[in-house]
Amino acid sequence: MSREKLYGWGRTAPSVADVLEPTAEEVTGLLRTSTHVLSRGLGRSYGDAAQLAGGLVLRNSAMTVMDEIAPDGSVWVDAGVTIDDVIRVGLPLGWFVPVTPGTRQVSIGGAIAADVHGKNHHVDGSFGHHVRSLVLATPTGTITCGPTERAELFWATVGGMGLTGVVLRAQIQLLAVTSDKVVVDTTRFANLEAVMHEMQTGDHRYRYSVAWVDCMTTGSAMGRAILTRGDHAEGTGERHSPRDAKIGVPFSAPSGLLNSLSIRAFNELWFRMAPKQRLGEEQSIGAFFHPLDGVRDWNRLYGRRGFVQYQFAVPDSASETVVEAIKLLAESRVPSFLAVLKRFGAGTPGPLSFPMPGWTLALDLPVGPAALPGVLDQLDTLVLAAGGRVYLAKDARLDPATFRAMYPRFEELLHIKHQIDPTTVITSDLARRLELIRK
Amino acid sequence: MENAFGQPQTVVVLGGSSDIAREVTKKLCAARARTVVLAGRNESLLQEAAEEATHAGATATHLVTFDAQDVTSAESAVAASFAAVGAPVDLVIIAVGLLGEQLLDENDPAAAARMSIVNYAWPVTALAALRQRMVAQGSGRIVVISSVAGIRVRRGSYLYSGAKAGLDRLCEGLADSLIGTGVTLQIVRPGFVHTKMTTGLKPAPFSVDAERVAKDIVSGLGTPALVIYSPSIMKWLFAILRHLPAPLWRKINEER
Repeated sequence: MSREKLYGWGRTAPSVADVLEPTAEEVTGLLRTSTHVLSRGLGRSYGDAAQLAGGLVLRNSAMTVMDEIAPDGSVWVDAGVTIDDVIRVGLPLGWFVPVTPGTRQVSIGGAIAADVHGKNHHVDGSFGHHVRSLVLATPTGTITCGPTERAELFWATVGGMGLTGVVLRAQIQLLAVTSDKVVVDTTRFANLEAVMHEMQTGDHRYRYSVAWVDCMTTGSAMGRAILTRGDHAEGTGERHSPRDAKIGVPFSAPSGLLNSLSIRAFNELWFRMAPKQRLGEEQSIGAFFHPLDGVRDWNRLYGRRGFVQYQFAVPDSASETVVEAIKLLAESRVPSFLAVLKRFGAGTPGPLSFPMPGWTLALDLPVGPAALPGVLDQLDTLVLAAGGRVYLAKDARLDPATFRAMYPRFEELLHIKHQIDPTTVITSDLARRLELIRK
Repeated sequence: MENAFGQPQTVVVLGGSSDIAREVTKKLCAARARTVVLAGRNESLLQEAAEEATHAGATATHLVTFDAQDVTSAESAVAASFAAVGAPVDLVIIAVGLLGEQLLDENDPAAAARMSIVNYAWPVTALAALRQRMVAQGSGRIVVISSVAGIRVRRGSYLYSGAKAGLDRLCEGLADSLIGTGVTLQIVRPGFVHTKMTTGLKPAPFSVDAERVAKDIVSGLGTPALVIYSPSIMKWLFAILRHLPAPLWRKINEER
């Protein structure tokens, strides 16, 4: 057992815990004998979701068995198997992950706990929608659950931020593909209104859709955007796995490297480099889904103080909130990288499910500007007033009262948790910060 | 838990009725602090501070009393404060101090002892009591209010400044001892601050009020800085002053 400082991907508020990499059999025993336990995957959640100060953190990296993919595309995988692993094994055989976030470096356990979503949420829902069954270790025993078996516990675990137990294995339904390419249509829009209109009316024609929005330009070009949409290509040739990262960031960049000026310049460049319109372009799966995986540890570019990601969802009726949020951000002049705007479909039945039919906007914000904490609190107010919520897997600064208002069904999670973890062994820095669990 | 911006939710203030501590507490409560323990000597002043904290946003305030002239009270004050929070303590502020009356105290052994106990021995004892608890937590921040006076000790306040110098230097080592534990220690070095402690003294250049110091402390919490100066120009000013030739140093301090 080693005492280790654990960070979220944003590298903002680390804490120290005892860390183990147990096998599935060992997890069961550790849950019975320890007082504070949390499961952790590859640490890609941005804030404190995978940290437990002073407790015992169980990395799932020793649980790496992937079974053979069944003819119907379902496959049993251990929690520590990554989306990268599944793509590597699956793609040459004609199977792709049903949902992938912006990085392949996510464990299946983490993907379930954060109920990750991707560019196809408006069509296919989140990762949890494609989990047929999972095996969950709890302090009171190991339980198999799924959408039709102990469904309450299953949906509390999907998107439950690891607070119901330790996912040991899961059965995932993969997507059949015939090619390792995606056919992509790219269009540039001069402002936010135009791109939102196009997404609302046209996204249903594509499986994948996402827009990059510039949140630092004010005036008539406010929210100028690049919309990329695509579908898996049809093909008959060999299918190749994505390549490993060729470049890395070995140490933290000086704070202030990513400042207002450099980010503005980057946004400008990104926008100018995009074609006005390019239809039917073939892109590799890696380039289309995981552009940032090309640079290992890119989060270190944000310097010692790190960065926060602010991602919210609002219902379709609150499209205006997206506009107001981008306006608030642009006018407050806190630097933010190109924001990601996407259409969401329905969430899951889970009490902490994040998505809702409508919009989601994700912003990368370097920590440093004095105005930033206040601006994000203002955004909370906007989002809450619109009936929306922020994504816990990205969060590092939400306050308990706002959390309860955004996730009014949190008590259902606690009720289910109480049945399987009556002495509250499983907790996290996130759960403590949100006062969801006071232990 | 502390959030991404260094904003704590649970705060323990040792010396909670000091002007600087009260201003810091107000600002922290306006952000994320909800549970606040105010520990100090004067219960009615602590009560005032608690009311301010509640007004600023705290939902639970607790008072703990101790006498900083008695080092044996440090352990029990820390224990009582942690027990009152009943959860991980995100931030402990040590704002215990006594300015004294240099010219009266310097020939009085009891007074000299009192100055070194309140400004040095009590805080050091409290830090030892805190250290183990926070290291076990694996998280948390300790902020020690020092003074630029400890950077170079002058004739007119050597009992106070000398004790602060000792505390400040000790904290540099203590901060290093905490690397890798999840606990962070930060030293605050204010310049001349207009407070009830300094009432009647002639202000030094670049003097500030307690509110300004509090602002600098709160914004410093989000940074990796070991030392927080207030106002920030003190850092550069004392970089020069500490290396002045002694006669010149004495000369500029003559009038003070």
